[in-house]
Amino acid sequence: MPDAPGLELIAQEINDSHPGAVTETALEHGRATLVVNPGKVTDVLRWLRDTEEQRYTFMSSLHAADYLPATPRFAVHYELISRERMERLNVKALVADPAAGNGAGGELPEIDSCVELYPTADFQEREAYDMFGIRFRGHPDLRRILMPEDYEGWPQRRDFPVGGEEVLFTHNEIDTPRWFE
Amino acid sequence: MAGDALRDEQYDRLLTERGMRAEVEDPMAALVRAGAEIEQGPPDVEGDLEPEQELMTINMGPHHPATHGVLRLIVTLRGEQVLDLKPVVGYVHTGIEKNCETKSYWKVIPYVERMDYLAYFFNMEAFCGCVERLLEIEIPERAKYLRVIHMELNRLHSHLVWLGTSCIDLGAISMFWYCFRERDAVLDLFEMSSGQRMHTRYFQVGGVAEDIPVGFERKLREFIELMPSRLDQYEALLDRNEIFLRRTKDVGIVSRERLLELGVTGPLLRAAGEPWDLRKADSYLAYGDFDFKIPVGTVGDNYDRYRVRLAEMRESVRIIEQALDGLPTGPWIADERKVVLPPREELATSMEALIHHFKLVTEGFRVPPGELYYSIEGPRGELGCFVVADGSAKPARVHVRDPSFANLQAFRDMAVGGYVADLITSLAMLDPILGGIDR
Repeated sequence: MPDAPGLELIAQEINDSHPGAVTETALEHGRATLVVNPGKVTDVLRWLRDTEEQRYTFMSSLHAADYLPATPRFAVHYELISRERMERLNVKALVADPAAGNGAGGELPEIDSCVELYPTADFQEREAYDMFGIRFRGHPDLRRILMPEDYEGWPQRRDFPVGGEEVLFTHNEIDTPRWFE
Repeated sequence: MAGDALRDEQYDRLLTERGMRAEVEDPMAALVRAGAEIEQGPPDVEGDLEPEQELMTINMGPHHPATHGVLRLIVTLRGEQVLDLKPVVGYVHTGIEKNCETKSYWKVIPYVERMDYLAYFFNMEAFCGCVERLLEIEIPERAKYLRVIHMELNRLHSHLVWLGTSCIDLGAISMFWYCFRERDAVLDLFEMSSGQRMHTRYFQVGGVAEDIPVGFERKLREFIELMPSRLDQYEALLDRNEIFLRRTKDVGIVSRERLLELGVTGPLLRAAGEPWDLRKADSYLAYGDFDFKIPVGTVGDNYDRYRVRLAEMRESVRIIEQALDGLPTGPWIADERKVVLPPREELATSMEALIHHFKLVTEGFRVPPGELYYSIEGPRGELGCFVVADGSAKPARVHVRDPSFANLQAFRDMAVGGYVADLITSLAMLDPILGGIDR
């Protein structure tokens, strides 16, 4: 991972070419984090991937997290590796929940997809969409991946109850015939 | 002879005149054309198919032994050739990540173990290591070495299951029995150190649950002395086996660049010639102390994948040997009373120990707010764990980056253009564990 001055330098260089892209940097537990503006996340990722002295060409993981009750509520984490220098960098895009003010209305948080930059993000963005309902703009095939396709709700959100799902067995056939359909 | 030719000619003319000649093609010409089609090789996937060429879409799995779990493949075929492939996952999704949010940290460990059920020590290490870094506690040297020993044994175990089941897919049942014989020896060792054969819950936050028992070292030494000769036997069975070679060589090639784009790690990536191993790159735990090599392939076909895994097993044996030789004495778990359970014998004499024990068992320890992604080299590639701590005794988010999940994306590239039978081989060599993919 880059050290503290190195991280500041990266943040500054990104902000020079894309003003307002990096809002914050953090360095804790040996993990360097760039907190970026969600609207510019693909610009930042492209810069980190293509700039000659950075070359964060490998994305090891993409995952989302729900920081309820904090605002902005969601974050998408991009774990990047520069394999030449064995440096890890975490890019964190904080995404606000558009449905926060008006109850549980259908609007979903949105962020740009990075599948074009890192094809590995395909499944992982689908998982983040499936679990948190974060819509990735420009994803080629944004469907649920782990939950059934007709499932309703975003199960990994913090306000989604555990055990809200009724477990069905074959003996339920008497009460709820054709439950499996 | 001349009369015969004349008669043939007359007969021929007669047939033509009466319109009785069937439009029969010269059989040799048809053969030659078929040969040329085979020479052309696999069809162009993106290419323009004639409308009358019939495509068949079949559903492989989810319940099929050759899919190594509950994996469903929607395969588009033209004859025997795979034109398109779409993996469908989620059939064994059990919401482990969600459940982890309702358990205290030390109760999460058995949950994460059950994700990738052939790499339970790795799952434990990813989670425990992540929490240890969030707590900023250092684990004792002996615990590091014991963890390395168990993880490398687990790598052997995982690769043995992979080798046995892959060979079944190629029609070789005896390899399965041989591999499972050695796997059983590994499981015996796990049972000895932790009391369980699988899902041992041996690693704790702060170290390992218990020191290795008397006799473990002797039994482990017997095993690592035996193992290289067993590996020689496997190689003798497979390396000059014509069926095996024909089925694996030059099958399922994906270029190194493409694999890197797709986020593939582990033996699959190394088989394509990229020496990328987190044990070397990160040298977490005590891996910096050991002398071992990273086996790499050249072509990146299924044969290289097999060779790389087998060579990796040899390196694992070497690591275990070195770890056993250099095993430090001392405590096996950190002396952190707020995190680690007090020693059993203190409970009868020390009030303080009893209070700590009570607090840890009922509530669990608290982790200061923070978040961390920590990754290790699992048997299938980069196994990462992402934990968000909110200051309470339960994690706010646990996410495991499972290598099988990312690696499965490369399967389309491996299988498309080849034959159905090779699809099964490629899937076996990909070595996906559906418990890890679906979590």
